[in-house]
Amino acid sequence: MYGQSQSYERIGGDLVLCLSGGFHLAPNVRGPYDVETSVPKMRGIGAMEVVGEIGVLSRSDFQRIFDNLSSKGYRIVGPIVRDGAVVWDTIRRVADLPIGWHDHQEAGRYRLEQTGSKEIFGVVHGPQSLKPFAFTPREPLVQIERSKDGFTTRSTLPPSEKVAIIGARACDLAGLAIQDQIFLQGEYQDPYYATRREGLFIIAVNCTRALQTCFCASMDTGPCAKNGFDLALTEVDDQLLIEAGSEAGSDLLSALSLSPASQGLTREAAARGVACAQSQVRRLDRTRLPQALHEAHEHPRWDNVAARCMACANCTMVCPTCFCHKVEETPDLTRQNSEHSRLWDSCFTQEHGYIHGKNIRPTIKDRYRMWVTHKLASWIDQFGTSGCVGCGRCITWCPVGIDLTEEVSALLKSSEQRSTSSRPQEAPGR
Amino acid sequence: MERGNTGKERLRLAVFKFASCDGCQLSILNLEDELLALGQALDIVYFPEVSSKMNPGPYDIALVEGSITTEEDAHRIQSVREQAKVLITIGACATAGGIQALRNWADVESFKQVVYPSPHYIQSLKTSTPTSEHVHVDFELWGCPIDKGQLLRVITDLLAGVHPRLPAESVCLECKRHENVCVMVAKGLACLGPVTRAGCGAICPSMGRDCYGCFGPTEGARKGPGLPPNTASLASYFHDGLHLIPVEVLRRFRGINGYADAFKQESERWELEKENVKGET
Ligand code: SF4
Ligand code: SF4
Ligand code: SF4
Ligand code: SF4
Repeated sequence: MYGQSQSYERIGGDLVLCLSGGFHLAPNVRGPYDVETSVPKMRGIGAMEVVGEIGVLSRSDFQRIFDNLSSKGYRIVGPIVRDGAVVWDTIRRVADLPIGWHDHQEAGRYRLEQTGSKEIFGVVHGPQSLKPFAFTPREPLVQIERSKDGFTTRSTLPPSEKVAIIGARACDLAGLAIQDQIFLQGEYQDPYYATRREGLFIIAVNCTRALQTCFCASMDTGPCAKNGFDLALTEVDDQLLIEAGSEAGSDLLSALSLSPASQGLTREAAARGVACAQSQVRRLDRTRLPQALHEAHEHPRWDNVAARCMACANCTMVCPTCFCHKVEETPDLTRQNSEHSRLWDSCFTQEHGYIHGKNIRPTIKDRYRMWVTHKLASWIDQFGTSGCVGCGRCITWCPVGIDLTEEVSALLKSSEQRSTSSRPQEAPGR
Repeated sequence: MERGNTGKERLRLAVFKFASCDGCQLSILNLEDELLALGQALDIVYFPEVSSKMNPGPYDIALVEGSITTEEDAHRIQSVREQAKVLITIGACATAGGIQALRNWADVESFKQVVYPSPHYIQSLKTSTPTSEHVHVDFELWGCPIDKGQLLRVITDLLAGVHPRLPAESVCLECKRHENVCVMVAKGLACLGPVTRAGCGAICPSMGRDCYGCFGPTEGARKGPGLPPNTASLASYFHDGLHLIPVEVLRRFRGINGYADAFKQESERWELEKENVKGET
């Protein structure tokens, strides 16, 4: 059961196991994990070999992980039920988790249901991915103060904090890997992001139940966590299988001195992962991306979707990979002090398309097209990966239920026929 | 705008009231912590709600509250404009006609008959109209009432001599930055957030209720083809997805900012829809 065993025996340790059912749609398109990151020694980044064996813990003993993390000074964060969904919050005990709850998601709709079971991780996810933990919605950057002969600046780095997140999904990890690539790779590393990111200890949960909106299997990112976690759990009835994905995770695991999971249990967990992937009803065909989408630039479907899209930006706010932000100055009335801060922004706003003297994306159509072609096509040119990890959040949290997979399939479907037709159609009446 | 505060001269501020509830003026007074600083930064020369000292113009900044509902006010707003370098409307009434603009779809004469014992004393126009229908407006502060932080921000920007920053994006951005759970998706409430301008800090969705559009339509009151706000999409979804009947859809859009162009057009579309439904039954 140690490192020498075949990857087949690992849950979440190897995607091949989880997605053995022929879900690799476009082997030539790299998934977010294939990125060679140059991020220095940050936990959970880059392909880390699974370091430990798969241990097993009964549900009733799960609290031991909490206690261990608390004793190490971690603030524990997990999903809790609030306002009709699950959101991340500080928790202390297993009972704080949404035990017995299930989420039902479809385009524009999210509902919770209490099933009465003892399942701990029955809720798949809420509107938040891991994004807000490292790339916060509002980050004060610099405090500026007027002085006699000019001004002084003081950078307001967030305090470093150890945060253990319980319940991240494979798609969340894939999303975080993309955020890492954006904020931490290369010459200009973002210290605000890095400070928050460094403190994270991530306990992933391998999905055994996919939502109606999930399509990670077709994006090669889930439903089992491949890497980017410290610990990964699989809930199989009243047992929790646990494996480590980092040294810190491995240390915690050895401190718990768990008994190794039986082969039968490991196989069962793996089978559930495969079944989860196979149960996904949505998919996104990546075989002809990015080219086909670039070629669909004048496709009439853009007018069709623009008649429904409100440019409200919800899809970009919930997307785990969307990283757009703006920087704002907030002076006080005395004009002696000002705060320079960073806020989540979106390509759906008017400001975003504004360059000196002109708005380059005035219409909703321009903005929706910008979003989709960046996410699924030019992102590949820019970063070498897809900007979509298949979490389905943009589908669920679009107030009018616009479905990315449906739009893309329409955009790709008729593009051949269209190349022979002369002009794009006029916008349908609103 | 000249840079105030650089010399001894402070900018002269005046606050005018038209047909309104005074709530927006009160928002100025609610700036408790900053009120002193505001008084130091500006010379508040005309603000009848606060002081009996009513100095004549010209004024550097005129804040206008309330809509135009009488003949007399229609003249008065002209003189305010003449005396003001920068005219800023504060609130839904001054910016879009306010809740009293509901009369624009009704018969004012019949209201008078019902409400007042001696209706002939009431001198009012048939409509309630925004300031911008009468004079040029430099900046518009939406809201019912306005967000006091936004007012402060605009004044601060004017003092600094920069163009005031007023968001035009949807409430949803603020809502998501607060990491709220969307009430429309999770509870099926008919939220106007997607077509409503940010600025309030998404107060209503933060309290678990639906936005009722008090900051007016996104990206301004004027609407062009293919531009936000896409009220038609939201309204259709209220009807088809959330099963509101036409009159309920109409009422969502015909509220505090019902007379703002985009919302007005939408409610009128649903008026026709409502009539059609009536006709069928
Ligand atoms: S585009 Fe949609 S499905 Fe893809 S990662 Fe973003 S939110 Fe998830
Ligand atoms: S998209 Fe995949 S990894 Fe994400 S929640 Fe759904 S099944 Fe799990
Ligand atoms: S796709 Fe949906 S969520 Fe995204 S901007 Fe358009 S209406 Fe809003
Ligand atoms: S609750 Fe309303 S304002 Fe908030 S995201 Fe949903 S639709 Fe937008």
